[in-house]
Amino acid sequence: MASIRWGRVAGWAVLVLVMVATLFPFYWMLRTSFSSTRSLAAGAGDLLPVDFTLGAYRRVLGLSSTAEAVAEGGSTGTVDFWLYLRNSIVVATTVTAGQVFFSSMAAYAFARLRWPGREAVFTIFVTALMVPPIFTTLPNFVLIKDLGLLNTYLGIILPHLLMTPFAVFFLRQFFLGINASVEEAARLDGAGHVRTFFRIILPMSKGPISTLAILVYITSWNDYFWPLLVGKAENVRVLTVALGIFRSQTPQGSPDWAGLMAATLFAALPMIVLFALLGRRVIDSIGYTGVK
Amino acid sequence: MTSDTVRAAPRPTAGTVPDKAPPRRRRLGDLPIAIVFVLPAAIGFAVFYVWPAIRGAYLSLTKYNVLTPPRFIGLENYRQLFGDHLFWNALKVTAEYVVLNIGTQTVISMVLAVLLHRLTRSMVVRGIVLLPYLVANVVVALVWFWMLDFQLGVVNQVIEWLGFDRVAFFGADLGIATIAMINTWRHMGYTALLIFAGLLMIPPSVYEAAAIDGASEWRTFWRVTLPLLRPVMALVMVLSVIGSFQVFDTVAVTTGGGPINATRVIYFYIYDMAFNRFNFGYAAALSSVLFVLLAGIAYLQLRLSRAGESDLKGA
Repeated sequence: MASIRWGRVAGWAVLVLVMVATLFPFYWMLRTSFSSTRSLAAGAGDLLPVDFTLGAYRRVLGLSSTAEAVAEGGSTGTVDFWLYLRNSIVVATTVTAGQVFFSSMAAYAFARLRWPGREAVFTIFVTALMVPPIFTTLPNFVLIKDLGLLNTYLGIILPHLLMTPFAVFFLRQFFLGINASVEEAARLDGAGHVRTFFRIILPMSKGPISTLAILVYITSWNDYFWPLLVGKAENVRVLTVALGIFRSQTPQGSPDWAGLMAATLFAALPMIVLFALLGRRVIDSIGYTGVK
Repeated sequence: MTSDTVRAAPRPTAGTVPDKAPPRRRRLGDLPIAIVFVLPAAIGFAVFYVWPAIRGAYLSLTKYNVLTPPRFIGLENYRQLFGDHLFWNALKVTAEYVVLNIGTQTVISMVLAVLLHRLTRSMVVRGIVLLPYLVANVVVALVWFWMLDFQLGVVNQVIEWLGFDRVAFFGADLGIATIAMINTWRHMGYTALLIFAGLLMIPPSVYEAAAIDGASEWRTFWRVTLPLLRPVMALVMVLSVIGSFQVFDTVAVTTGGGPINATRVIYFYIYDMAFNRFNFGYAAALSSVLFVLLAGIAYLQLRLSRAGESDLKGA
């Protein structure tokens, strides 16, 4: 008995260590963002903000004048993270709504309808899961460019709007698990497939669908590579791309660390808030075992 | 997680409903309505997956700078690729990254998952470990870039305070290991929760049986948990190895492939080739090789791990 107890103590110690290692960088982001970049060198190890100031936030949200920004170790280039926030919201929301809806329709056809070629088509869809995105990304860039959609919302959104193999695969798994008797009951009541899908399958799958929506939203929000290729222009620039550009502007020799951390926190915050609101669902979803 | 869901799902069988449909209908089944349901996704798939895949394969056989039309040059890009030491270097660097990243991530996640499973059902704990996964790679990269900064980074402050020399985390020697650790930090909680989900699927009766047999926790883990977890682990491994090969964001915002070529991973090399040197044809050839390589690795992994089979039935 005693040995088990010690095991538990050691286990908890490891768990706490992991949690501290997980949370500390977030704290450090916060601490640095409220510091003054010029003072960071003097108090590099201080646990609290060095020379507490909101200057970094004023800089990245485009609220401070160039002179002010430079005086605090910022860049002369203007940045406006409110704008980038708006762009991220537009892109992630559209992609999520479209992708989840159209993928769920396809998943239904793959899981619950019987038609010749179903398995073959599904296999082809799933095979695409194995294709490294870069293989299709370069030609997709050429396509978007040829369509004249570079630096437009549409150009950023289109490739992920109608489906991803993962979304179809994910939902098919859950639709497969729904008991056939439910559908048969609907069929006996005279409901067609469209009605069954919207009235029975979708409501029954609220859990997995919102799970997928959350995952798609997070993926889209955090995507860097694709928007970097097609959406560098300021008016459609999303947060991740903006962060990369902000990081490469190195004012006066050394990065504006406080500004950079304020910007990263600003970019991460919506996801953290989303998580705080939907946390249980997100966590449950990852361990979702399907319909019993 | 997935294979077992399929297995557990009661499939509609011919026996459940007497099928009175005429022969023609039975052959076509629900085809007309199925087309309606699949169409939007199929269009997306055709335009943004199949067509670019074909086009990518073709472009790899051309010289193409995006501005002028592609010129067919046969296998010249591939021939050039085999003599390109930067390509081989990129492969080597990527392989180092994958081994370090997957190695640490798998072990840490497995330990974490088992600890979560045995110790607590707390949502707060699970939420905390998942947190890094929810923020962008770019965000994670920048935070660690700051924390590991040679001059001002807090980690180097601590190292100095402990009496050691400062460490150049993003230098030529450690750069790729540092990037691997950063991404391990981001993904360990997520991977742990995937494994945790697999652990939850193991019926408690199995553990009860092990306990009745007097098996220790350690023995139970190796003899019961791990074998039953194999299908889940296989899937997790295949997906994380493929994902790991595609490291880009972290490199792009921290080292930019440097110093010299120490962290120029394959994805970054392809990006560089296409968008800085405007050699799209060659970049397409590089992506084709990466594709073949990943397909081979995934196939091998699935074969070796017998991912499709579950041990649960026999248990």
